[in-house]
Amino acid sequence: MTKKYDSIVIGGGHNGLVCAAYLAKAGQKVIVLEANEKVGGMAITSELGGVKVPTVAHIARAVHPKVIKDLGLNIEIAKANIPMIALNTDGQHLKFKGDQVSGMNGAIVSAEDIKGYKSVHRNLQRFAKFLSPMMEAKAPKLKNRDREDTWNLIKLGVKLRLLGKQDMQEFLRIALLNIGDLLEDNIDNKQLIGAAAMDACWGTHLAPRSPGSVLTAMYRETGDMKGTRGAAHIVKGGMGNITDKLLKICTDLGVNVQTNAKVSKIVVEDDCVKGVELDGGEIITAENISSNADPRRTMLDMVGAEHLDINFTRRINNIRDKGDTAKVNLVLDRLPSFKGLSEEDLKARLLVCPDILYAEHAFNHCKYGEMAAKPALEITIPSVSDSSLVNDGKHVMSIVAQYAPYKLKAGWSEDTRNQLFENVIKVLEQYAPDIRECIDVSETLSPADIAKRFNNSGGHWHHVEMQVDQMLMNRPIHGAAQYNTPIEGLYLCGAGAHPGGNVTGVPGMNAAKRILSQKK
Amino acid sequence: MKKYDAIVVGAGHNGLTTASFMAKAGLNVLVVEKNDYVGGAACSLELHPNWTYSNCSYVCSLLRPEIVRDLNLPSYGLQVVPYSGGGTFMANGDHLAHYTDHDAYRQEVARHSKRDSEAYERFSTFLSKQCRFVKPLLMRMAPDPTSFNPRDLHELMFLAKRFDEFSEADMHETIRFWTMSVAEFLEEYFESDVVKATIAGAGIIGTALGPMSPGTAYVLLHHYMGEVDGNIGAWGFARGGMGAISKALAVCFKDHGGKIVMGSGVDQILVKNGRAVGVALENGNEYYSDTIVSNADVKRTFLQHVERKQLPEDFVRKVERFKIRGSSGKLNIALDGMPTFTGVEDNHPMLNGDMHFTDSLERMERAYDDWKNGTWSKDPYVDMLIPTRTDPTMTPPGKHYMTVFIQYAPYELANGESWDGPARDGLAQSVIDQIAERSPNFKDLILHYECRTPWDIEQEAGITEGNIFQGELTFDQLLFNRPVPGYAQYRSPIKGLWMCGSSTHPGGGVMAAPGANAAREILRDMGAKQTVRG
Repeated sequence: MTKKYDSIVIGGGHNGLVCAAYLAKAGQKVIVLEANEKVGGMAITSELGGVKVPTVAHIARAVHPKVIKDLGLNIEIAKANIPMIALNTDGQHLKFKGDQVSGMNGAIVSAEDIKGYKSVHRNLQRFAKFLSPMMEAKAPKLKNRDREDTWNLIKLGVKLRLLGKQDMQEFLRIALLNIGDLLEDNIDNKQLIGAAAMDACWGTHLAPRSPGSVLTAMYRETGDMKGTRGAAHIVKGGMGNITDKLLKICTDLGVNVQTNAKVSKIVVEDDCVKGVELDGGEIITAENISSNADPRRTMLDMVGAEHLDINFTRRINNIRDKGDTAKVNLVLDRLPSFKGLSEEDLKARLLVCPDILYAEHAFNHCKYGEMAAKPALEITIPSVSDSSLVNDGKHVMSIVAQYAPYKLKAGWSEDTRNQLFENVIKVLEQYAPDIRECIDVSETLSPADIAKRFNNSGGHWHHVEMQVDQMLMNRPIHGAAQYNTPIEGLYLCGAGAHPGGNVTGVPGMNAAKRILSQKK
Repeated sequence: MKKYDAIVVGAGHNGLTTASFMAKAGLNVLVVEKNDYVGGAACSLELHPNWTYSNCSYVCSLLRPEIVRDLNLPSYGLQVVPYSGGGTFMANGDHLAHYTDHDAYRQEVARHSKRDSEAYERFSTFLSKQCRFVKPLLMRMAPDPTSFNPRDLHELMFLAKRFDEFSEADMHETIRFWTMSVAEFLEEYFESDVVKATIAGAGIIGTALGPMSPGTAYVLLHHYMGEVDGNIGAWGFARGGMGAISKALAVCFKDHGGKIVMGSGVDQILVKNGRAVGVALENGNEYYSDTIVSNADVKRTFLQHVERKQLPEDFVRKVERFKIRGSSGKLNIALDGMPTFTGVEDNHPMLNGDMHFTDSLERMERAYDDWKNGTWSKDPYVDMLIPTRTDPTMTPPGKHYMTVFIQYAPYELANGESWDGPARDGLAQSVIDQIAERSPNFKDLILHYECRTPWDIEQEAGITEGNIFQGELTFDQLLFNRPVPGYAQYRSPIKGLWMCGSSTHPGGGVMAAPGANAAREILRDMGAKQTVRG
C-alpha cells in the first residue's frame, strides 16, 4: 500500500520539525517519519530514575528569532542568560556574564584582563552580528550563481566594508585564527584564558590551539534568541520542551507525524525521488523528501552510492562527522557541595578547564583514538532552576565531557563506558568532593551511544564537524550545499547543512524555503 | 657626510636580492651585516676543518627562477644541482622510497597500497593545479582588501580572475585545501600510514603546528610550489652549500657597484621627524640614507631597532602579537664515510634524497604534542640528507656531510632550562639515536657534529625565536595579513623605512620573492628605473 504526500521529512529532530512546519504552513501535505518512539532527536528530555533529564543538548542559545516568530514557538525559559563559572579547585572561581568577568572567593582578575576580555568578547559579537545574515540564506555559490547568490555575495561584501577599515582588517586576521592566540594576545590570566578558550571548542574536534576555533566561537555568538546575543538559557522542562512544542505546531498545521517509523531506503528512479521505504516494507511516496538525517546516512545508507556519481560519493565519504563529545547525566539525591559555590551559583553553567594546556592534553588523547584521562567539562544542574524536572528533593546534573572519540581504539563497551564515567567523576570530585555520595542513577553516553540512539553516523553534535572547510558553500560538501542534492527532490534539512549545528532551527527553515522556491 | 641612495639592514638572501635589484637600477646601495659572512640563514660555513656545512637552510627549490634569470646568478657562480631519491625508513624494517620518475614512484607506493598508488595520480594533479594557481601570486604585491586604492583594486581583480579560472568544484576544493589540516587532506586520498607520513612532513616543516592542525595543508603547498630548472616540485642542492646562493647574490650586488659592511650589527635605525634617515651600528659607525630596507624580521626591526615612540602604538601592538615561534632545530654532522642503512642496499637511490623515520601521522603529531608541552620531541620528525652524495665539493674525498633538520624543538624550554647546556646535546642525542637505530655504523662514523636549537638560530642568524620562516605561515599571517594587516606591502609607518625579509609576503624559505617584491615597490616609490618584473 502506498500513501501520497507533497513532502516527506525523514527524522523528527528539531530541524526536521521546523522544516515540516514551514512546508505545512505553505499548504503542503507533509509527513514526518521518526525512527525513535519520540520526536526531538538530540534535543529531548527523557526519563531517568524517575526524573526528567536533558539527554544530550542541555542549553538553548540560538533558536532563531525568525523560527520563533514565524511558527509562533513559545519557548518557556526557567532561567535566562545564565552566567558561566570557571571552576578552580581552591574555590577561587571566575564568573563570566556577557562581556563581564569577575573573580569569586578572592580570585583576582586584573583590570587589564577585564578590559582585554571585554574587547575580545565584543569583537566576537560584532563579527557574529556581521555573519548572522549569512545564516538565514542558502550559502552562496561562488560560480554558477543564481541571482540570490550574487545578491547575497554583494551584500556580504558591502557589509564587510561597512565594518570599517580597522574592524575589517581585524576580522580578516582572526577569522581563521586559533582562540588561544586571540585570548593570549589580550589577556594574561591563565585560568580566564583556559575557560574562555575551551568554551569555543565544545562539540568540535578542535582544541584551543587549533586554527579555526575563533570561527566556532563566532558561530556560537550568532545566536540571538532572546535579544541577548550569545546568551545561554535553561529551558523549562528541558530541551525536549522545544521539540514538544514544535511537534504540537506541526500537528496543528496538519502534519502527519509518525514515530517508530524508520526509513530504510529512499526510493530513487531516474535520479528523482519517488518516496521512501520503511523498515517494515511500507512505501510512502511524495514529490519531495527532506532529510534531517546526517548527510552520510542520507546519501550512502538511504539513497545508495549506485545513484550517485563517484566524486560526489567520495566527498560524502570524506565528510568528517565523528563526534568527540560524550554526555554523562546524573540523578542526584541531593545537591553536591561545590567548593565556594552557593545554591544560586549552581544555576550557572559550570566549566572545568583550568588552563589551555589542560584542554590540549585532553584533546591529545582523542587524536589517537583514546579518551581523555582528565576531560574538560561543561556542567548544568537544570533542576536548581526548574523544579518541574524532579521530585522528592532530587536533582539532575547534566555533564558534557570532552574529549572522547567516536572511534575509540579500544572500542566502546560497558568497560570503556565505565572508564569514561570514572574519568568524569574523578575530575568532578576535585570540585565537589561529595559528588559520588549524591549519585542515585547515572547514564553515560559515548559518541557511539549517541550515534546508535539518535541514528546519526558519527554521534557528532553538529552532525558534521564545524570547521571552515566544512562550512558555508562546503557544508556538508560541494554539490549538496544549497540543501538540494544531485537526486531531484531530495533535500538536506539537518545540522549537516548550512549553517550548521546547535539547536537553531535554521537549516530546517532554510531547507523548507529552498524546497518551496524550487517548486514550480 | 656621504649619503647612500639606500641602506639594506641584513645580508640574508632577501636583503641581498633587494640590494642587487636596486644596485642594478643604478642606485648607490649599502648593505650592513652583523656577521662577518653574508647569507644569514642561507650560508655555508666551515665548522669542521675541510668540511663545508649548509649549517642552517640546506636545500633549494623555492628560489624563484625569474630572479635567478634577471640577476643572472649562474654567471656569478650559482649552480643548483637537482637531487632525487629520499623516502621514509619504517619502524618495521621496510621503507618507502621516493623516485622522481612518476611511474617508478607509483610502483613503490603500490607496494604499500595499491589503492594509494591510484590516488597518487589524483593527488598530484590536484597539487599541481594549486601550484599553478599560487605561483603568479608570489611575485606580486598582496592587495589590501580594505583599500580603495586603484592598484589594490586592480590586484584584487587579478586574484579574483585567477580564482575564477577554476571550475566550481575546484574552487570549493581550493577553499577546503587552504584551510584544512594536512592529515585530513591526505586521509581523503591515502590509506597507508607511511605514504601519508612521508607527504605530510612538508606540511609541518618550520611550523609550530602538528599535521592534525587546520591550516597545515597550505604549508605543504608552500613546500611544493618550488622548482629546479623548470621541474615543478623538484628540490636541489646549491653547489658548495646554501651559502653559494648568498655568495652569488653578493657578487652580483658588488658587480653592480654595491658595498657591504660586515661584522657589526645595527643598533638603531635612525628616525627624524617621522622619517628614516640612517642606521647606527653597534660599533658606533653611522650611515645615512633616506631609504632604509630591513631584512630583519618584523619583530626585531620594530621592537629592537626602532624607538618605540617613533611608531604608532597600534602598529607596535600588531607587531608584538606577530607569531614567530621557534619550532625547528638542526644537526650538522661530519662523517668519516657513507653510513649503511639496514634494509636498503648501499647504493640505493633513496640515500640521495631527504630521508625520514616518521612512518605515521600519529608519530608526527605526538612529536608536536611534546612541543606544546614546551619540550623537544623525544621521537622527532627529521629531514635528513647527505648532500655530498650529489655535491662532493663540500668534504674531502670519500667523506660525507649529513644535514638533519629537526621538528620540533621549542624556543624556550618549559622547565626553565637553558638551551645553552646539556639540553642542546639531549636534542642532538635523541636524533642521533633515531638514525643509529637504522644505521648500525652511523655512530662510529661521526667525526664532528653541531646542533642548532631555535635559540641558537636566533643568536646566529638574528631571527626572533629562530623561526625559519621569520613568522608562522598561518592564514592570519599570509597575504594581506603578512606581516601585519595594513602593512603588507613592504612599507612601514615610518616614511623611508621598508621591510624585505621573509616576514613579508609571500613568506619564508630561500625564495627571494619578498626581497624582489620589496625592491619593486621601493623603486616604484622612488621613481627609479624598474629592474624587477611584474
